[in-house]
Amino acid sequence: MTLSRPARWLLGAAMALGLAFVYVPLLLVLVNSFNRSATFAFPPTGFTTGWWSAAFANPGVREALRTSLLAATAATAISLVLGTLAAVAVTRYSFFGRQSVSLLLVLPLALPGVVTGIALNTMFTGFLGGLTFMTLVVGHATFCLVIVFNNAAARLRRTAGNVEEASMDLGATRLQTFRLVTFPALRSALLAGGLLAFALSFDEIVVTTFTAGPGVQTLPLWIFQNLFRPNQAPVVNAVAALLVLVSVLPVYLANRLSADTTAGSRM
Amino acid sequence: MRTLVTPPVVVPATRSPLRRVQIALHRHTRLRLLTVLGLPLTWLVVVYLVPLGLLLLTALWDTDSFTGLLVRRVSLDNFRLLLQEPAYLRTVLRTVGVAAAVTVLCAVLSVPMALFMAYVAPSRWQPVLVALVLTPLWASYLVKVYAWRSMLAPEQGLVDRVLAVVGLGGPGYGWVSLVVVLTYLWLPYMVLPVYAGLSTMPRSYLDAAADLGARPARTFRTVVLPLVVPSLAAGSVFTFSLSLGDYIAVQLVGGTAQVLGNVVYTNFSVNLPFAAAVATLPVLVMVVYLLAVRRTGALDNL
Repeated sequence: MTLSRPARWLLGAAMALGLAFVYVPLLLVLVNSFNRSATFAFPPTGFTTGWWSAAFANPGVREALRTSLLAATAATAISLVLGTLAAVAVTRYSFFGRQSVSLLLVLPLALPGVVTGIALNTMFTGFLGGLTFMTLVVGHATFCLVIVFNNAAARLRRTAGNVEEASMDLGATRLQTFRLVTFPALRSALLAGGLLAFALSFDEIVVTTFTAGPGVQTLPLWIFQNLFRPNQAPVVNAVAALLVLVSVLPVYLANRLSADTTAGSRM
Repeated sequence: MRTLVTPPVVVPATRSPLRRVQIALHRHTRLRLLTVLGLPLTWLVVVYLVPLGLLLLTALWDTDSFTGLLVRRVSLDNFRLLLQEPAYLRTVLRTVGVAAAVTVLCAVLSVPMALFMAYVAPSRWQPVLVALVLTPLWASYLVKVYAWRSMLAPEQGLVDRVLAVVGLGGPGYGWVSLVVVLTYLWLPYMVLPVYAGLSTMPRSYLDAAADLGARPARTFRTVVLPLVVPSLAAGSVFTFSLSLGDYIAVQLVGGTAQVLGNVVYTNFSVNLPFAAAVATLPVLVMVVYLLAVRRTGALDNL
């Protein structure tokens, strides 16, 4: 399509506006975390790192940060194992119901979190004796596993299965083939998937609300609890800025490591 | 007739247990599949499908209005209440309306962005633009809503101050803000599939349309748009579904607005069966929606 100059210009403007729409709110959170004005006056009245130190000095924030890191690590570890296995099964085997398994693997991200959350809550509180830290990890691992699966499956679809057959024709056992052929091809995709799963778990709020046991508070839950207290606003904003950075860095790294599988892995 | 002579097989005197397992796995594909698929499938069934089933079951139960305890007696009372009480019915319709508005807005915004990414931007920019659109998708949902809450704050927020310059008032917290924020949240889910659809379309289609005398506007209407419909449908699965289930954005920027998510959240600690019944509604709407979208072929490459 040979687009006229005004048409190109209009499309460019639409792109710029779209990106501004997406980025301005997040940048504002970052800027305000250094804004001396406690009511986020704009333009900022001065530069301060006081809100960040106040956030890190806050015992509630430190405890929540620890919980978030632990939960995200555990959920990522579980999802790496389960997601890789599922990806190998779906891409390297043909079996009855493979389509249904693929669809099942989309659902935890496609259905609203509130449905997953309340369903898990019903099972844990109504049938299994209540919520703990572990129930939170189980809830997170369930949607993290989809991210790892998407990354691993995208990579496996690109690397043809005949390399593995060649390896076995040359006398390698299946374990050796996995260790020496399949896994090296998967490594960067798994690393990317793990980073993305970590980022997603670290700042998830909806499933968290319904699966975290009493006294288990993650960073997003801390923000949510303090959101409506006006005097806490600057500290909440600094914690929010921290969450933006912690979630964006792994995504940047994942994209560097494995751009081919990162792009579509959230869908 | 020649007979095939099988070469003598050298059988090792002793086989290690590990080797024996490997041989067994090599011979039996089903056994192999079971070791690979067994664990993740069990997890998804036990931790995902069973809870969804229990949710549906709980929706059929009742709460004793005096003790607040669950009464495990099956009835359709919760669904009847939901569909007969006009206030709830209006909430259902309003929620579907919000989800539809968000989906349309996302579609309208994403087509020009995707067109720019696919046809105007130099090809070395394309991965950068994809990453730029994609990255915010991973930023915390709560933080994004929080960011908009500060931007939309009446009088003090950035939106109100900018609009005040041109003599306009901001939307404050309410339905308009809710639709804007949900559009913001789910926009990347729409841009990416549309861009993917456009970038895989052969450029020769466009050249052919131009050769046949179509102006860009007509090429867009008769060639490009029909080809991106499946992509739009794929993206709309996410924008629609995620809007239906939201309950946090509505608390932070929705003012007094009530959607299905609120009803679930406020009922969940006092009347779990009713909350469960409300939570199954987005699932039902999504099943119908997915069946409709499947007709466009959008799910084939999901």
